[in-house]
Amino acid sequence: MPLLTVSGLYKAYEGVPAVDGVSFSAEPGELLCLLGPSGCGKTTLLRMLAGLDEPDAGTITFEDRSINNLAPQQRGFGLMFQDLALFPHMDVFGNVAFGLRMQKLPAVQVQSRVQELLDLVEMGGYAQRKVHELSGGERQRVALARSLAPAPKLLMLDEPLGSLDRALRESLQSQVRRILKEVGVTSIYVTHDRDEAFTMADKLIFMNRGSIVQTGTPEEVVANPADGFVARTLGFKNILRGVVLDDSEILKIECSVGIIPVAKPPGLETSRGSDLTLLVNESGISMSALQSGKATPDNSLQGVITERVFRGDRYELRVRVGEGELYCHASADAASNSGINLAVILDIDPKSIRFLGGGG
Amino acid sequence: MAAGRLLFLVPLGYLAVFLLYPLGSILARSLGGEAGYGFEPFKVLLSDSYYLGRIWFTVWQAVVSTLLTLAVGLPAAFLFTKYEFPGKTLLKAVSTLPFVMPTIVVAMGFTALFGTQGIVNTALMSSFGLDEPPVRITNSLTIIFMAHAFYNYAIIVRIVSALWSNLDPSMEHSARVLGAGPVRTFYHVTLPLLLPAIISASLLAFVFSFTSFGVVLVLGGPQFATLEVTIYELTAKLFRLPLAGALAVIQLAFTYLFLLLYSRFQEQSVVRVDLKPREVISHRAVRWRDKVFVIGMVMVLLTMLAPLIALVVRWITFDGGFATTQMANLFSDERGSYFHLSPLTIIWNSLRFALITVAISLVIGIIVSYLITNLKRRWRSVADALVMLPLGVSAVTLGFGYIIALGRPPLDLRGSWVILVIAHSLVAYPFVIRSLLPVLKGMNPNLREAAAVLGATPSRVFLLVELPMIAPALLVGATFAFAVSMGEFGASLILVRTEFTTMPVAIFRYLGLPGAANLSMALGMSCLLMAVVAVGFIAIERFRYKGVGGF
Repeated sequence: MPLLTVSGLYKAYEGVPAVDGVSFSAEPGELLCLLGPSGCGKTTLLRMLAGLDEPDAGTITFEDRSINNLAPQQRGFGLMFQDLALFPHMDVFGNVAFGLRMQKLPAVQVQSRVQELLDLVEMGGYAQRKVHELSGGERQRVALARSLAPAPKLLMLDEPLGSLDRALRESLQSQVRRILKEVGVTSIYVTHDRDEAFTMADKLIFMNRGSIVQTGTPEEVVANPADGFVARTLGFKNILRGVVLDDSEILKIECSVGIIPVAKPPGLETSRGSDLTLLVNESGISMSALQSGKATPDNSLQGVITERVFRGDRYELRVRVGEGELYCHASADAASNSGINLAVILDIDPKSIRFLGGGG
Repeated sequence: MAAGRLLFLVPLGYLAVFLLYPLGSILARSLGGEAGYGFEPFKVLLSDSYYLGRIWFTVWQAVVSTLLTLAVGLPAAFLFTKYEFPGKTLLKAVSTLPFVMPTIVVAMGFTALFGTQGIVNTALMSSFGLDEPPVRITNSLTIIFMAHAFYNYAIIVRIVSALWSNLDPSMEHSARVLGAGPVRTFYHVTLPLLLPAIISASLLAFVFSFTSFGVVLVLGGPQFATLEVTIYELTAKLFRLPLAGALAVIQLAFTYLFLLLYSRFQEQSVVRVDLKPREVISHRAVRWRDKVFVIGMVMVLLTMLAPLIALVVRWITFDGGFATTQMANLFSDERGSYFHLSPLTIIWNSLRFALITVAISLVIGIIVSYLITNLKRRWRSVADALVMLPLGVSAVTLGFGYIIALGRPPLDLRGSWVILVIAHSLVAYPFVIRSLLPVLKGMNPNLREAAAVLGATPSRVFLLVELPMIAPALLVGATFAFAVSMGEFGASLILVRTEFTTMPVAIFRYLGLPGAANLSMALGMSCLLMAVVAVGFIAIERFRYKGVGGF
């Protein structure tokens, strides 16, 4: 039985839908990640769950009860704002104690609970500090402690690490996950960063233009991205739209880089002229220098290297092919035969090609 | 939520009954003429060269006063923004004093300094053995301009330096790196960015000079009358109410127009409030020409205080004595020198009216500020100008409106002190709004929502999160309201009954009575009034958010 069920949630601002028919559910103790570009409706969705915005349509059910009409203070949820919204006129203790005091807990219990939470986020000695004396990472921890203190039944985090630099963000990510799992709170974590989502999530929810595009575990979505948008968000670069030229056992698909032959997977309905989106894994493309005088083998593509980025263990190459381009890798010791403007031959391993649903 | 909506009706009802109804009554009366309804009074006004002259005079004296105010205020704003020097905080606090001083005190100060028996003339006469006072600027335009500049320059300093010290210094630095010299940087980068603040501050200074009453009445003498003074004379001396009404309507139209422009420009210069310390852009003067500027400007600002100092000196040394007798007079109960009212009763009147005024202004000010903050952007400046109207309506018009609107059934408040307190609160609450609005507009809305999600009911959100954050601004607003009520002159003069005489009215009456004892009493009362207001404002200086206060 899911703890939270959202169905058909809809909200428009001045006629423009921000959240357009969203449905999903969360199991107790689950850590969901909402992934999507800014403006995709993630924050509006959270605000409706928290009771800060009223949905135009749809229901939010929590513990088998519709909570649509409950005010924020009656829901018993936690929300960590993107800008944290720490109270600047209170010290760290006052901030963390706020929710407990709202529950009218006796002072002794407030005291011990605040200390417990500050210890949990490794801020034990900071109770008397003023908010503006804290560093960015310290503020993040205090905000987390504040939202966890009243033991919320559902915790929502709106890009809580967005304002931090990369190194700090990475060290906090696993810490936040450890804390959330330790507390066992059901959480919805909003981010637009794939690596952050992979670190945090039990389950990913991809949102684009107000709607959910795909839901699944990190492994599931990587193995089978629903469409070009999800694939791009997951970091795939070679997403090609094409048209079927020859519909037989081996499909011949014409796209911007040329004609690619692929074995027709069972169950795929195609006909001559139908549109397809292909995903080609970067590591499935092998590259070799073009030998002058030697003909390009069948099924190979010919291109010119336009960009090369060193990644420590390998080079990432951008190759201009026909009207489009493909990304592929070269080993770190292949400096001499992966230079800019070099003409190369690309061979695509058929196993690295997948078909995506939807558009590109 | 419904209860919250109803709360908004309180100030709206208050403003409707005590602002719009009296102003409406003035309009009705102005159309009422001696012979039935019509535009008769307006025709009289606009065809009489005397009244046209008054209108023209009011406009151009306000323009000249504003220019003079800018001439003092802009360099001072530059000084406070860019330089550090010993005693800066104190000087900044003290420089605000003229603006919060009661007009009657300012007028008394200028008389004490430049009057025929004033300090300047006495000193010159005794040093050079002259028989006649050499400086004769009382009852002249010069002294009116000086008093207006003295009174309003703090507005320019406050508003302009608030924005200036919040300008990101890297903008100026970028211009310099891109090859602009200091002058071109100022002209092309700094000045355009400051312009909204300069214009809105000038408009405010203009409105205050435009509706000036006490200064012109006491210092200007009979030949210089602004619209405000003319309305007072038509009402209180000549009893030509339709004419006074028509004139008040004309004045109202002017002030509303300028206040509307003011809030438009003011909207553009709002500074976001976050409680983190800002980057410091002021520094000590190092080069000699910087030093000359700093020292020179500090001297100018100190000289600006001369009228207030002169007032004290004149009182202490009055009739060659040393304040002891004057002091005794001020606090003695025996000498009922003015209509058998002891000075103590008068002081007590002022104090209790001021305290009640503060309470009313805070309630109205808080609710109206929230109302405006929640309005849609395009309605905001219209509403803002509307609730600021009492600031520009001028107290005499308001008092006059009360006489014709609240002096008859269904609401007959004539002779009650309540009418006085209501008038004071209407003149005072705009100051609460002005100091509260910038803080409310700059407050992060997520704080409220964070508190709500953590389980706080709306009333506890207000008490525990919002109130502590707006408390400093409220304190500033309350002090302004207190000072405004203590110093309110125009409406009091029209509305007051003898037994409820306040300090400014008493000072004016003492001045009208013959004898040294009465002059001494006027001086003493002015000093006391000045002391109360000055202590209040210096005490709250540290609570004023540097850079965001409306004034």
